[in-house]
Formats: sequence, C-alpha cells, structure tokens
Amino acid sequence: MRYLSLSDEDRRKILQVIGINDIDELFQQAGVKGSIEIGLGEKMSEPAVWSHFERLQSMCNDELVCFLGGGAYDHYIPRVIDHIIGRVEFYSSYTPYQPELSQGTLQSIYEYQTMVSKLTGMEVSNASMYDGATALAEAILMAQRIKGKRTKVLLPETLNPLYKKVVNTYTSGMELEKVWIPFNGETGYIDVDSLSEHLDENVLCCVFQSPNFFGIIERDMEELIEVIHQSGGLAIVSTNPISLGLLRAPGDMGADIVVCEGQPLGLSLSFGGPYLGVFASRREYIRRMPGRLIARTVDVNGRRGFVMTLQAREQHIRREKATSNICTNQQLCALATAVYMATLGDGGIREVARQSFAKTEYLKKELKRAGFSLPYSGITFNEFVVDLGKKAKKVVDVALNSSYAVGIALSDYMDGVENHLLVAVTEKRTKVEMDKMVSILKEA
Amino acid sequence: MERLLFEMSKEGKSAYSIPPLDVDDIEVEKVIPKNILRSKKIGLPSLSEVDISRHYTRLSRMNYGVDVGIYPLGSCTMKYNPKLGEDISRMGGFTSLHPFLPERAVQGALAVMYELGEALKKITGMDAITLQPAAGAHGELTGMLIIRAYHNSKGRRPTRVLIPDSAHGTNPASATIAGFKTEQTPSDERGRIDIKALEKQLDEDVAGMMVTNPNTLGLFENDMPEVARLLHNVDALLYYDGANLNAIMGKTNPGLMGCDIVHLNLHKTFATPHGGGGPGSGPVCVTERLREFLPVPIVERDGDGFRFDYDLKNTIGKVGSFFGNFGVFLKALAYILSMGDEGIKRVSEDAVLNANYLRKRLTGVYDIPYNYVCMHEFVASGRNLEKYGVRTVDVAKRLIDYGMHPPTVYFPLIVDEALMIEPTETEGLDSLEAFADALIKIAEEAKENPDILHNAPINAPVGRLDETKAAKELDVVYTEDVGGD
Repeated sequence: MRYLSLSDEDRRKILQVIGINDIDELFQQAGVKGSIEIGLGEKMSEPAVWSHFERLQSMCNDELVCFLGGGAYDHYIPRVIDHIIGRVEFYSSYTPYQPELSQGTLQSIYEYQTMVSKLTGMEVSNASMYDGATALAEAILMAQRIKGKRTKVLLPETLNPLYKKVVNTYTSGMELEKVWIPFNGETGYIDVDSLSEHLDENVLCCVFQSPNFFGIIERDMEELIEVIHQSGGLAIVSTNPISLGLLRAPGDMGADIVVCEGQPLGLSLSFGGPYLGVFASRREYIRRMPGRLIARTVDVNGRRGFVMTLQAREQHIRREKATSNICTNQQLCALATAVYMATLGDGGIREVARQSFAKTEYLKKELKRAGFSLPYSGITFNEFVVDLGKKAKKVVDVALNSSYAVGIALSDYMDGVENHLLVAVTEKRTKVEMDKMVSILKEA
Repeated sequence: MERLLFEMSKEGKSAYSIPPLDVDDIEVEKVIPKNILRSKKIGLPSLSEVDISRHYTRLSRMNYGVDVGIYPLGSCTMKYNPKLGEDISRMGGFTSLHPFLPERAVQGALAVMYELGEALKKITGMDAITLQPAAGAHGELTGMLIIRAYHNSKGRRPTRVLIPDSAHGTNPASATIAGFKTEQTPSDERGRIDIKALEKQLDEDVAGMMVTNPNTLGLFENDMPEVARLLHNVDALLYYDGANLNAIMGKTNPGLMGCDIVHLNLHKTFATPHGGGGPGSGPVCVTERLREFLPVPIVERDGDGFRFDYDLKNTIGKVGSFFGNFGVFLKALAYILSMGDEGIKRVSEDAVLNANYLRKRLTGVYDIPYNYVCMHEFVASGRNLEKYGVRTVDVAKRLIDYGMHPPTVYFPLIVDEALMIEPTETEGLDSLEAFADALIKIAEEAKENPDILHNAPINAPVGRLDETKAAKELDVVYTEDVGGD
C-alpha cells in the first residue's frame, strides 16, 4: 500500500498504546459496527494505473486545431508556470490559516491581487473564486448586499449562456427580479433604449459582458455604466482578461465590480477546469466582498509579512452571516495566472491581445472573401459569429474528421441560429491553420 | 524577506516569447474607437524568467506543505498527495481538451468522469452523482439548492435548516445563500447530536438537516438512522457533509445511515492536493428520488461509450461554467484505482489508529473534553495551560519552532481553546511519536518558561504578524509610493 506509512508492527504497537485488541474492536468502541464490501475491486500497481489513463487519453481527440472559445481559450502557456505550481511547498499546503508557515502562498496572492487590480483597473481584488460564471453570480450577490432593498438585476441576452444558467441557479434562493436586456440584431451591441426603459430606483445592478458571448466589445461601455450609476445601481463587468491588454480597463470606465474567467491567463483547457474566477471591486465595497483577502502587515520584529484579513466576513467566523460560503477557492490556479502575468508583463499581454485581435480580423476577412457572412457588425476582439449558410452543428461534426475544432454551433444555446458558428482565434493559430479552416468550412 | 515582483522589476526585461505575427498587422486604432482602447500602462512587472523562477522558488521555501512534514489540521485531511496523480493530470490528451468539444471527441474524459462517479457512489452508498461543484462549500450550496428544489416540486416551502452546534461554518453560510434560515441543534454530553432536542425542533417547516459524521469532535454519530427517520417523518432531508468521510470508508457509508444527499471533498478524502487553498472538488451524491434535481449535465453510459445527460426533469441548473474541476477528477480516480477496496478500507483504519494513538499520548497532558475512542480526529484543549498564562495559539506557534504544522485551533466552537488534531493515515509511527513528543515538551515549557511559547515562533520566515494593523490599513494591493522596508 504505497501511500500508507504504518508497518504491521506499527499497527500492533499503536493498538497496544490505545489498549485495544484489534481494529474491529477499535471501530466498535467508536460506535461503528461491522464492515462493508465497497466493490472497487483489487488495488492496481502504479504502471497499471498509468496505462489505464493512457488508454483513456487515447479515447480523446487531443491533436485538434482549436477555434473554440465561449469562455475558454487556447493560448500559449509558458513552460515556467508548471514548474512553479509543481513545487510541493505550494501545491501540498493548506489554506494559509497559519501565516508564519504560509508566507510563500500569502505573498504570491498579494502579488496576484495587485496584478489583477492593475489589469482590471480596479482598486482591490480578492484571492480567487471558482470560475468566471460563479464569480459573476457572486458579484450579483455582493451588489445585493451593498444595495440592500433593491431587487432588480439587469442582464444582457448576449451573456454567455452557461453564465446565465449559473446566475439563475445561484440566485434561485433570493427574491430577485431578473430582466434580460435584448441586443441590437445588426450590431450585436446591447440595446441601449431597452436598457433605459428598465431603469428605475429598484435597479440593484446591471451586468455587462464585454466581449460578449458573440465576441463583441461593448463600444459605449463608459456611457452604459454612467447610465446605470444615474439610476443608483451598480455596474458589474464580466470580461476576458487577455482583452485588457488591448482594451481600456473596466475600472477606468467606472465599473464597480469586475469579474473574469481567469483561464486565458496561463491555465490549460483541461476539459473545463480547474479554472479561476477573477474578482475585483472598488475599495469602498471591500467589506462586502466574498472570498479571501490578503493584506500586507509587519511581524513582531517589524519585518514585512502577509496575512489573511477581514476574516470576519468569512464563513469560518461569521457563519450564516458571512458574505459568502466560499472556503476552498482556486489558489493554485491564481498562482499560475500570477506567474503568467509576471512572465508576460505589459508587453507580453499586449502582444498576445494584439496578435489574437489581428488574427481574428484576418480570419473574418478571409471568411467574407470566401462568401460567408458575418451576422453582427459590432467590433470584436478574439471571437466572432459567422453564418455558414448551412447547419453549423453538422459542419462542426464533419470538420472534426479533419482534426479541426472549428467553433461552437450556436443552435445548442439559442433558437433560430442553426447556421451560426462562434469562432475564436488566439495568438497560437497560424495563417496556415486559418486558411485550412476556411477551406474546411467551404467544403463541409 | 522576499522582495515583491514589483520591487524587482526593471524596465526592458522580459520573460515571454511567442512567434511573430504571421498575418497582416492591423492598425488597432483604425478598428477600435479610442475611448475603449487602453492608453495607460497596465503596470505589470518586467522580469526575466530567471528572476521569476527564483522569486517563486524562494517563496515556496517560505511555505510548509504535506511533503515537508506532518500537517495535522483537524477536518482538513491533509494526507500525502501521490505523484502519480499529479503526472496523470498533466497528460496532454487531457489538458488540451476544450470543454465545448463534441462528446465523440472526449470519450476518454467522459469515461474518467463516469468511472470516478461510479466509484464515489459505491463508497457513499448513493445512487446518482454530479461532479460539478468545485469545492466542499460549493457542494453544500448545491445540496441545499437540491433540498429547496425537492420541496418546491411538492409545492412546499419549508424555511429552516437544522445544523448541529459542532458544524463547520460553511454549513450555515451555504444554507443561507440557498435562502434558508438556519437553526442550531445542540450536542449532548457525549458530544453527539441531542436527539431529544432535535425531536422538539422538528416540524413541517424544517427543510432538512446538515450533519457531519464523524462530527468535528471526531466522534461517530451512531444515531444517524434515527435522525434520518425523524427527519423523513416531516419530509425533511438529511444532508451528509463529507468533510470527515476519511474515517469510515469500507466500514459504513452515508447511504446506510439514511442520508439523502452527500457531498465529498476530493481534496481531502481522495488525496488530491489542497493547493494552498484550492482547487478542490466537491461532488454531490444523492438517492434515486433526488436524481432529477442534480445540476446538468451528468455523465451516462451510452452503449459502448458515454454521453452527457442534460435532460433532468427538475434540475437546479448549473453551479459552475463547465463540468467541474476535471484535473482534480483525474487525480482522485488514480488514487482510488491505486488503493482498491482493501486499500480504501485500510485508509480509514490507519486514520483512526493514528488519531487514537495521539489522543492516548496526549491524555493527561492536555484536556480532552470528550475523551472517548475517536475516529480520524479528536479535539484537545489548551485550557489546562491557562494557569500559566498560555493559550492554545501559543502552543500552536511553538509547534512551528519544532518544525511541524499546528493543528486546527479554536474550532469546533463548542470546545474552549480547542486544538483539533487529524494526523491522517499517511503519517508513520515515527512522525506521530515526534509530534506527540513535541506537544508534551511544549506543555512542560508552558509550565517552566511560558515566554518561550509567547515569543514563538522564532524559527519561521516571520514571527507573529500584526493582524490588527493589517485589517486597519487594508494594504491589499501594492502601490509604488508605499514606504517601509
């Protein structure tokens, strides 16, 4: 039993110390009678387990050229990241409740919080949430704590449909009225007139997603946020962190809470997780934030050190009155994204964003030239919708045979768009791959 | 002291390298209006890869992990994390899988989820499972939303959830987010649920009860079938918090106890690393009648292959963007396959042996308020040292000087000056002996020279930290103009 450290002799010695004859008696005295057959089968050797997973791995198409997005993107991951998160001192440690033994984790989170704040243009960031969708749901719950009696939440119809589901589930225990704001069918931008119609003194918050599910950047974000603020509600912005290498930070445009899916910042796709919920807000709301926060302080000798702070917001102190139930978060993923941001620096993030943008524009141009139409005219970042003039779901399936994951068929998520394909392009895609992609879409 | 990344930064350094753009460059300004383009610097550090690698390596050496030594945090199950799982989770065939890939391209990944789900159902004695929740508390929230949906489906709206006074803080927090009011159920003099008190609390307005078994005192709740019967009489559901499942595997299971919903912590019981606070994974298992309420999708067999089932009649929806922390599933499954029936049972046996060894060794040295044969953990108290002006926090900090991680302190709340100790099965006897010896020595030091404890730790990267200053100044983001060392 390779992960157990007691020898049979040790077990006997321990029973002697306890003063009990055998294991069965030990459990009986503790109140547990009998035992059960679990049915897991025989234990497997290390090489046998390895082979088992190699076989399972071979049952996946892993060498695909990936044009999939929808909240998870195939960016290049610098090698150094895995070596750092592979340090046993980081990954085999617990939540840093004992700060004297956790300065590595604590300082790295403080640095993470700082880099997230800079990237989003916000004043404070927490230590992480589960993923982009739960971070958004928690942002809405936080807005409710700040705005007390208001109950109306405005959300765009162009919000990622998976995020819609998570928000609905998270808020199902709350007395909230959710209003879905339509989009302009030509541009893909949020419909400002409709948004204005729903504004009143009951608006708790409005969620903006930019780039939205169609990849479109809200062009009038600053004005939109201003409009929400005039109604007394909070503006929550969900964004793609890589896009902020190119685009103005939501914090600069007045956002109150900014959330992101952190996966594009150096986390592998890993079939949807573990990812990272990035969560940043204005400083005035810091006491209403969910999750863990790390602060700089000094030790008894005046040396700099870091601790968890404002723990009185958290469940282990405040119990039913806590700002959130979150305990375990996604710390190692936050560490990975911190290493990513430090590795890329300003120049690297800008370059990844610029290349993703330029390649997206190239593919859009080539698709148009090949006769496909792009249904929305709004400005995009690294993702866009193309009308294939034939069933997108079928095309996705056919393209898989050429080892191309050409995009997401939108018919799985909305009605009346059977021919629409959502395509994402990162800096990793090459001209050759994009040209091939166009011909696959033509021929499929 | 390690400098911050920002303090090491020098303009002109860089650690990234990607190929040059191979399509026509675009003048961004011509496509994107100026008012939404970034004009300011971000302000990330400029560093070489060498700087970065050394910085984080030095930081890692200021951390303590299970691979460094004993990590006896009660109810945290800090067991060894097998390296096999770490390597499997890095297999390219899994890390490169995009969550929007069609099912036929990800059959191996679905097989992983199916196999893990089946194993966890067997271990818990339950009928259906979702792997979607990302952590234990996330699983609790999922379970509470299932309870809500169950009652709603019957046209009922009960408002209260009962929680024993020894429960983790996540329990009341999760129930509250799901829209319930929480009510404490007291413990009796044996440290177990007070059944008489529970009977008085129960009525049609009770939606369910959350129970951790063994409870946080490390004691087995042997009245569970009775608790289940009483709850079911008023159509309330019994929720099993799996934080302490490590004690009972192969001996009994939540299904046999009459539980309706169970959450597991793969990062505790199934040896996946805690990552300094995550990622974890908190699967939720339910009985057949609650299957229709699970979040979607769940994995089903489909002929020779596997598919996602989105078609659950009363699903609560989704609790996470995708399917859960898949990378963690790989590690947990690798662990379960490595152990098999016999190994999993041995895990619980050794965990219980180890905890009782420490309990015996510390009896008489520290107060042990509920000194019965315990399961995988027990709670001692430092209150017998108060007469020397020493508190539990001092004992904990002194352990650091002995090169060991302290136990959980000041929890559960029903024990004063609590020291909650869970050695786990992966500690050998030498390690346990050294830990017990250290705690015994510290108790002597408390009598003879309490200042050694008050001044501890002295052998750590930093001494005790000023938490009041931290909360007052709230320096949570570095700004260049802040002075100090």
